[in-house]
Amino acid sequence: MKQIDANRLEARMNSRVRNNNIWKVIFFLSTLVGLVVLAILLIRVLMQGIGWLDWNFLTAKLSSNPDRAGIMGALLGTSWTMLVVIPVTIIIGIGSAIYLELYAKKGWFQNFIQTNISNLAGVPSIVYGLLGLTVFSRFLGLGNAVLAGGLTLSLLVLPILIVSAQEALRAVPQHLSEAAYGMGATKWQTIRTVILPAALPSILTGTILALSRAIGETAPLTVLGIPAFLLPFPNGLLDTFTALPMQIYYWTLDASLVAEYANLAAATIIVLLLLLFILNSIAIFIRNKFQQRY
Amino acid sequence: MSSSSENQKSTVKLKVDNVAVDTTNKNRNIVYDTKDLNLWYSETHALRDINLSIYEKEVTAIIGPSGCGKSTYIKTLNRMVELVPGVRTTGTISYQSKNILDKSFKVEDLRTRVGMVFQKPNPFPKSIYDNIAYGPKIHGIRNKKILDEVVEKSLRGAYIWDEVKDRLNENAYGLSGGQQQRLCIARCLAVQPDVILMDEPTSALDPKSTLRIEELVQELKNDYSIIIVTHNMQQAARISDRTAFFLDGKVVEYDNTNNIFTNPSDTRTEDYISGRFG
Repeated sequence: MKQIDANRLEARMNSRVRNNNIWKVIFFLSTLVGLVVLAILLIRVLMQGIGWLDWNFLTAKLSSNPDRAGIMGALLGTSWTMLVVIPVTIIIGIGSAIYLELYAKKGWFQNFIQTNISNLAGVPSIVYGLLGLTVFSRFLGLGNAVLAGGLTLSLLVLPILIVSAQEALRAVPQHLSEAAYGMGATKWQTIRTVILPAALPSILTGTILALSRAIGETAPLTVLGIPAFLLPFPNGLLDTFTALPMQIYYWTLDASLVAEYANLAAATIIVLLLLLFILNSIAIFIRNKFQQRY
Repeated sequence: MSSSSENQKSTVKLKVDNVAVDTTNKNRNIVYDTKDLNLWYSETHALRDINLSIYEKEVTAIIGPSGCGKSTYIKTLNRMVELVPGVRTTGTISYQSKNILDKSFKVEDLRTRVGMVFQKPNPFPKSIYDNIAYGPKIHGIRNKKILDEVVEKSLRGAYIWDEVKDRLNENAYGLSGGQQQRLCIARCLAVQPDVILMDEPTSALDPKSTLRIEELVQELKNDYSIIIVTHNMQQAARISDRTAFFLDGKVVEYDNTNNIFTNPSDTRTEDYISGRFG
């Protein structure tokens, strides 16, 4: 006796294939929603801002006259904050990841720290702004200087960096470190000569993605009281500054006073997006170029 | 049924008889003396009352079914087993009359004198040269001339020099699996150890590469004491001087290889080598 009737299978075939195609279309449409929204956003911003984007806009000082206004101050401010964020996050972030992943004994304490770092990665950025305001601006008296902003942004992206660096370290296969231990290498020698070099491309990728998050953050800087209208350029870590996303925020707010400010905001968005695009491209390049197969 | 297993048994014996010579030497020195060794992975009792003397410049094979503790034992001999969290041991393993399980014995020192070759070839993602020079470098040798000499000597020692001498700066991942494993043996020789531990070194290799490694082991035993864990009983019979049969964390039988394979004194050993289980 046959359990499977070939005629009934035949009869069901068409509806099975149709069903398959329907699901394919549904998933394609879901993807399309994101793409369309992104395209509308880009087109709108480009149309609004591209005409205002010229050399003068990039290099000039801020001005209340839209035709003369430039974003050099904001560009410099963003660069200065990155000069704080990069070393602070790399040293503390990679250091913590190495400790948690390779040195810390597995147990409740390590679990506790680990869970909290993951939670911190999800804390809203404005909360970090309040923390920065309390600790760096007021307690340490840094006010709204570059250093206060940079340290606040560092705190914000540290959990993200730690988690991604930990994943990179974990992905290095154990048989590589065993080979080093087997020859009498100490733990630090094994980390320095085998584990870190193998994990470095992924760690760098994670670092760059964390930095691009820091560049785009606005909320914590608003809480720190970064000024709306700042003429002098920042020249050091203790100078007052403004940053690209802040500039966008204030110009958008004031668009009701001067209509052209909306165009200036759009032009600044283009610059910011370009910057992020370049950073992400570098991350992808590093990932593809240096990724090793073990 | 019974006649087929009888057949299998006799073929094993036949093959073994071809190499049946007692190659052990009664006057050899003991390298490792294990006394009442017990080992636990958290709650699991993995090694039970192991007493085993391993002799200098011989090949000692450790055989037994999966999970019998043979890999655990060989990893205890260079304390690699400590990389697993929650490992506890009791008893002693004397190496050059010092107890290596004593915490005052530095693992780095032990592993410099006792090299290890792993189941899966595990070269570093570096050049062939840098793979071999790795060991000497971590021990502080920086002189380029000395490094060059060590690299050549080690590669010659592992019989891979002729195949790689023109491509020392190429990545080791370009080598075949068998070549990678011989490279790993060369890398191990570069630290100039006294003992080489091999944890199923041919289980990931094809028959031809396996044969080359076996020939290499025969050469190496002139200068090194070799302890090899193997799944392959034919391999143990072919290359080892003594064989220990492990079962459920215990040493069932330990004798010269010829006796183990032709005239085992324990029925469990006989059942295992004749293929009735495992």
